[in-house]
Amino acid sequence: MLKTREDLQKIRSKYASSLKAQTTKILVCAGTGCVSSGAFEIYNRLTELMQERDIPSSVELADEPHDETVGMKKSGCHGFCEMGPLLRIDPQGWLYTKVQLSDCEEIIEKTIRNGEHIKRLAYQKGNAVCKKQDEIPFYKKQTRLVLDHCGHIDATSIKEYFANDGYTALEKALFDMTADEIINEITEANLRGRGGGGFPAGRKWAQVNRQKQAQKYVVCNGDEGDPGAFMDRSIMEGDPHRMLEGMMIAGLACGASEGYIYVRAEYPMAVSRLKMAIEQATEHGLLGNNILGTGFSFHIHINRGAGAFVCGEGSALTASIEGKRGMPRVKPPRTVEQGLFDKPTVLNNVETYANVPLIILNSAKWYKTIGPENSPGTKAFALTGNIENTGLIEVPMGTTLKEVIFDVGGGMRDGKEFKAVQIGGPSGGCLTKEHLDLPLDFDSLKKAGAMIGSGGLVVMDENTCMVEVARFFMNFTQNESCGKCVPCREGTKRMLAILERIVEGKGEAGDIDLLLELADTISATALCGLGKSAAYPVVSTIKHFREEYEVHIFDKHCPTGNCQKLKMITIDPALCKGCTKCTKSCPVNAISGKVKEPFTIDQTKCIKCGACITACPFNAIKE
Amino acid sequence: MNKTFDFTIVDHIMNELGCKPSAIIAILQGIQEHYRYLPREVFPYLSKKIGISEARIYSTATFYENFSLKPKGKFVIKICDGTACHVRKSIPILERLRKDLGLSENKITTDDLGFTVETVSCLGACGLAPVITVNDKVYPAMTPEKTSELLRDLKEEL
Repeated sequence: MLKTREDLQKIRSKYASSLKAQTTKILVCAGTGCVSSGAFEIYNRLTELMQERDIPSSVELADEPHDETVGMKKSGCHGFCEMGPLLRIDPQGWLYTKVQLSDCEEIIEKTIRNGEHIKRLAYQKGNAVCKKQDEIPFYKKQTRLVLDHCGHIDATSIKEYFANDGYTALEKALFDMTADEIINEITEANLRGRGGGGFPAGRKWAQVNRQKQAQKYVVCNGDEGDPGAFMDRSIMEGDPHRMLEGMMIAGLACGASEGYIYVRAEYPMAVSRLKMAIEQATEHGLLGNNILGTGFSFHIHINRGAGAFVCGEGSALTASIEGKRGMPRVKPPRTVEQGLFDKPTVLNNVETYANVPLIILNSAKWYKTIGPENSPGTKAFALTGNIENTGLIEVPMGTTLKEVIFDVGGGMRDGKEFKAVQIGGPSGGCLTKEHLDLPLDFDSLKKAGAMIGSGGLVVMDENTCMVEVARFFMNFTQNESCGKCVPCREGTKRMLAILERIVEGKGEAGDIDLLLELADTISATALCGLGKSAAYPVVSTIKHFREEYEVHIFDKHCPTGNCQKLKMITIDPALCKGCTKCTKSCPVNAISGKVKEPFTIDQTKCIKCGACITACPFNAIKE
Repeated sequence: MNKTFDFTIVDHIMNELGCKPSAIIAILQGIQEHYRYLPREVFPYLSKKIGISEARIYSTATFYENFSLKPKGKFVIKICDGTACHVRKSIPILERLRKDLGLSENKITTDDLGFTVETVSCLGACGLAPVITVNDKVYPAMTPEKTSELLRDLKEEL
């Protein structure tokens, strides 16, 4: 239990020297991705092997720094999930990819005992072998600040966090700064909310600080519901203490003594890591009453979501913590005035809080040297879809789309052509080839009719049907609409119906205008952010791919062949021998013709089941 | 109402989480984790204990997708149909599961209460798309064939 500032400083230097005493460190990635590919089995096997062979190893940092040992660590997500399970060897900085149980023995004998590199396990691209993690193109162009610890330190241990300057920012805030100074630093740094809106965090904190009520709350939004986004999950799993530290500093700045973290139900591992981190921090006296003898008290509670996307919206989230239906309410009063339990509340997302210790520790001036002036700092993105390197990345704000997709992401998968990228999930829009040089920051994206959102980037190639993508997002939003306000509840339903009609080949002239008109009404009148932005994917796909809509509507044809109902199956008369096999296989009697002469398909009857394609011995039937 | 319903588990959960209205979601989650659904008997019981109306508890339970008023299977299989999984073909996996288990969009649990098949918007494991989970264990980079194999293994554990 730490009672004073000196205690905290002592414990940090104690664990820093234990960490130094570890000659080699094996970091097994323990993010959701690698765990599902068997990372824990590998961790256990390596530990077992070292015990069997009398190699001194430790899974925890020792309280007494002693002689050379091998440190075994469960790290946070490296972001390169596709190459998992991943294993990092320090101090060399080597990264082993796709490690199998059968590789463990060789790793122990060659790498741990003799310091040899195993080429077979290194990341290889063409003929190039990337020994070190930093040499891999995926990492080269990244600036990992918030994700700095992810993959590099043990995510399950507060000792390890101490050893890496953990809770130094909290110490500084507690002892060397007043609440106003903390807020000024955050305001000066122009830290903008990473949850999507980009509202300046400092301004929010100042507003809560000004409220006169005694009880205030700090709430962390970990309800990362956007499909295709997992930045916050990785932070919660990979560096939970940094986020807690950020929340504590927020509490200190705003005069709150209670914090709540709202985590999605779909992230069980994030919940358990956070619980563990809170227990550790409480045990060490960094959470609880009278922290380090300063009189500041802070407690953090975890609330698990129950599967409602709309709870990512501020007022719905606080309603859900209160045990109610997660439905947004009319604003004002704003959350900063009447938030959780009707008390003034600071509500920020996971990544925003994770940025706070960095700013407090290194100053606002330093922070502003990264990224453009109006959106300083970095942004974590989840890069997914038809791209070579999928995973979690972090780049300075203002990095262009081209750099993200082609340099970090390694370009398109299977040599296909880039078509569009969906940014900001179901509330965002799509960016196309013409936007490749667009810097990714809050204001530039807004101008281009998209938004950063929480940071999901789904990359789509030439084979993706944009009408179908719009339908997919509308279907999502429609499902997740809470039903409180009419524009969203009914409007999204109507828009979805029109889109479904179009992809089924029943589109009519005027549908596009109707969609745009509905979009306009919903955006102007819906109650909350979810509703207001529900139509964005449709509007933006119409703006950039209007032709594709028109081909669907007027020619009843899907240029990419994605829309099942618009597929056309035809018989090539040059190849057809009239063997009648297709007629027999057709369940709806749509194929007719004379024996030994080319057959034809009646398109009005055809249900596109494809049975005839498999039945044809001459490959004469094609889609 | 079933008079023989044993509320020991429910009491235990409430003791742990506190008998207050704000804990209702956590309490329902605890109950659902134990029974794999929310038995109807718990609603009047909770209402009396916590001091809020049965309608309010029911409205909360029906709002959130994770709660089920019908018993679920021993294995709850969730197919991720988030954007990343969707573009990497998650629907054929869903179709295969439904076909293999004789389920549909409206019938999600097998009659022997062995399996429940649901879709989920995003599991946040997009780098490994398409993914499915069985009772929260993640299975990465699935195909319809691998799914059928997995089902065969799970059936032996029933």
